[in-house]
Amino acid sequence: MDARDHFTALLANLGPLLKADEGFTLSYRAETSDFVRFNQARVRQAGQVQQVFVTLTLFLGDRHAEFELAMSGVIGEDHLRLHQALEHLRDVVPTLAPDPYLRLNREPWQSEVVQMAAGPDTAAVVEQIIQVGSGLDLVGIYANGPQYRGFASSWGAFGWHAASSFSFDWSLFHDNGQAVKSTYAGQRWDNEAFIRRMAFAYEQLDYLGRPARTLAPGDYRAYLAPAAVEEILGMLSWGFSAQALATGASPLQRLFGGSVPLSPLLSIDERVAGGLAPAFTSEGPRQALRLLDKGQPAERLVSSRSAAEYGLTANGAGSGEYPLALAIAGGELDEGDVLAHLGTGLYIGNLWYTNYSDRPAGRLTGMTRFATFWVEDGKLQAPVNTMRFDDSVFSFFGPYLEALTREPELLLPTGTYGSRQTGSTAVPGALLGRFTLTL
Amino acid sequence: MFTSSATLTRRFSALKSDADFWSLRHVLETHTGYQVRKQVAQPPRFSEDQGAMLTARVKGIEAYCATSDLTQAGLQAALDRAGALARALAQRALVDTSQAPVPTEQMDDVMPGYERVLAGPAEWFELLVAESVKVPSDERLVNSQVSLEVTCTEQIYLNSAGACLRRAQRFIYPALSVTASDGQDSQTRSLGGANFGQQGGAEIVERIGLVGAAPRVADEALQLLLAPNTPSGPRELLLLPDQMALQIHESIGHPLELDRILGDERNYAGTSFICQEDFGTYQYGSPLLDVTFDPSIPEELASYRHDDDGTPAQREYLIRQGILQRPLGGALSQLRSGLPGVANSRACSWNRAPIDRMANLNIEPGEQSLAQLIGGIEHGILMSTNRSWSIDDARNKFQFGCEWGRLIENGELKGVVKNPNYRGISANFWRNLSAVGDASTVEVLGTPFCGKGEPNQVVRVGHASPACVFKNIDVFGGAA
Repeated sequence: MDARDHFTALLANLGPLLKADEGFTLSYRAETSDFVRFNQARVRQAGQVQQVFVTLTLFLGDRHAEFELAMSGVIGEDHLRLHQALEHLRDVVPTLAPDPYLRLNREPWQSEVVQMAAGPDTAAVVEQIIQVGSGLDLVGIYANGPQYRGFASSWGAFGWHAASSFSFDWSLFHDNGQAVKSTYAGQRWDNEAFIRRMAFAYEQLDYLGRPARTLAPGDYRAYLAPAAVEEILGMLSWGFSAQALATGASPLQRLFGGSVPLSPLLSIDERVAGGLAPAFTSEGPRQALRLLDKGQPAERLVSSRSAAEYGLTANGAGSGEYPLALAIAGGELDEGDVLAHLGTGLYIGNLWYTNYSDRPAGRLTGMTRFATFWVEDGKLQAPVNTMRFDDSVFSFFGPYLEALTREPELLLPTGTYGSRQTGSTAVPGALLGRFTLTL
Repeated sequence: MFTSSATLTRRFSALKSDADFWSLRHVLETHTGYQVRKQVAQPPRFSEDQGAMLTARVKGIEAYCATSDLTQAGLQAALDRAGALARALAQRALVDTSQAPVPTEQMDDVMPGYERVLAGPAEWFELLVAESVKVPSDERLVNSQVSLEVTCTEQIYLNSAGACLRRAQRFIYPALSVTASDGQDSQTRSLGGANFGQQGGAEIVERIGLVGAAPRVADEALQLLLAPNTPSGPRELLLLPDQMALQIHESIGHPLELDRILGDERNYAGTSFICQEDFGTYQYGSPLLDVTFDPSIPEELASYRHDDDGTPAQREYLIRQGILQRPLGGALSQLRSGLPGVANSRACSWNRAPIDRMANLNIEPGEQSLAQLIGGIEHGILMSTNRSWSIDDARNKFQFGCEWGRLIENGELKGVVKNPNYRGISANFWRNLSAVGDASTVEVLGTPFCGKGEPNQVVRVGHASPACVFKNIDVFGGAA
């Protein structure tokens, strides 16, 4: 059964079951995904996953509870499962205490985006990857297939998002253990475009084959490529949550408290258009928000619960108040001038395994990984053995942020915990006057 | 329990395939989450997930199809898809599985007390709210949470060689945390949560001491807010079990995963500083270090009788008297490498394929009480309760942070310090192990959040450990 038909059939069955004093919301997520893992340019593991989940929330006055359940895709069976979940919630909800922070969006909003295309044939793509990767130590994962997100409420809201996409996330390893990472994602596989990306990665392998340099801990000039900036941004993403800011859990609490600014070169937006994420959450339509304006705090991500608890205005953020499509505005540095402006220092292709050394102070730690080079007088010299950084975002994205590259790069998600992710980020590279390495 | 077993067995028997071997792994997982935040009960969350992974092996090539459609037609379609994919990969596969062992056992593995019914939402909320109101009234205490998560998992493994392995487990995760903030700094103290989970029932809530803990946890959060930063410099480091669990996990567990050593994870989770040649000879730690893979401790999160490929599980030493013995590798990785291993081929659910994972990975106790450990430290620091972790892709250079620190001088505990962090290199760190606590210091801990694999998977792992002391470790605090 077509996914949208499946969702609407569930809704059509659920509506008449409701009693006069009850209300509901129903969220829907589904995918049919091919996954192929590669190691040594051969297939290590391959399969397909077909899954459908719905989350039913039952409201009775100011009491409510939710039930997520797997759907079989067989409509008769799924009506039964949904009905059983409804009965379970009917047993529980009347026993609950009233929720003082329930401010449900009862608007009958509508949103529908369909970006479906005939996806590439997985077997054919695998063949092309193996051909192009022949003789190379290639390791990674290819994912392909349609994804669906739906939301509806008994008050007339209806959101539907359907998109097909593929992603290939891979690394090429040199014999010496150094590696370069690449991604290729979109809707239609273009073998020529893939070959160009592979060729670019292969070029870097040449540099990675040079004897690696081991750096001493200390302060260095550094350029963070967009993938490395994305890793930093991922750690800051939690910081815009209204609840995190109110409860001392945000790494940006000193920024929003007014005691420390970030660089005026830095502006960050939560976008609705231009990414893969649905245009709605379970709270309603998402809003485009400026979160950081020239280094100064701007909007927070506010769910309806936080709005009620902290006296704020809800702005369509989901219950976790996590951004889905962050974008850092580009700067003035042409990408071709990066090495010249860096002069002598580190070119960091990727950062990895970041965490907080001191969260309230915005201090982060993490590792260099993949295609990190030592640069002298604007020329790549040698790969750098893995190094740890430990530095405050209020320093390296504060007074030591010298420039951002002109064109932000759109980075599509490759994460697959539970299901394939739909968010995205658009980030430029960042030239830093000082970046502290510690181990 | 196992209510769909008869139907699944009947449908599996009716499946048709020209594959050499095929299997079905069905998982039914239910979850309930209760939370009280700042004395306000949050809406409870329930879930029920079920589906099946069908695997087909054709001329040594294996592929899978996972589906939530458990009808006869749905299962047959999934098996057909897996078989077609295996055939399509005939010349392209890395691994020949034709010599992989085929399980034939029939056995039930049911956690003791699994069928004992737990209290319902009203009773649990009553307990959690009662604890939440014990957090003292203080405007600096900006957040508090008390929660309980309950997960029940039933798995049925069937294969074309006649195996039938059924497993039923229940996992309990109690948690309490309090955050103190002065607007500039904030400090959180917690009990349980990501550091703690066990198999069992309501007794686990009692075992962790959740009831009555709120005033102490809140007081410790306030102490941290007022405490000086951890001083920088080399010290002897006493780690309590709720930090040892993380230390074991990141710098012993992951580097010993055989699929990492074989290169499968290099694009995501990473590789290892350990090579295949190191097993049997490599000095991983001091002679005090004994590490076991132990699936037999009833309350530990990853105790089971068979892994998800159907391999029987038994206790094995991974490191003995500091010498590396064997990796964490399941049957297929053992076949690929020629190394011995353990039964650790595991999947997070029906929709992900098994790979080499940690399970229960424990440090065996030594001979010193906690008082003796402290008494033997001249210039040191005690750290407890992990809050930050970061390690390189070869699992060597690490930096970890804890919630709670106390300086130790001349064999005595001194003042509380905040932001206790330490860094080191795995290959050297364990060789600096200078004292191991006795059985009285052991705690059985674990986490439900071990991430790895492409596509990504999060699994439950258990870590039981005594308190341990390490010499000459680089410790430091936070920003001023």
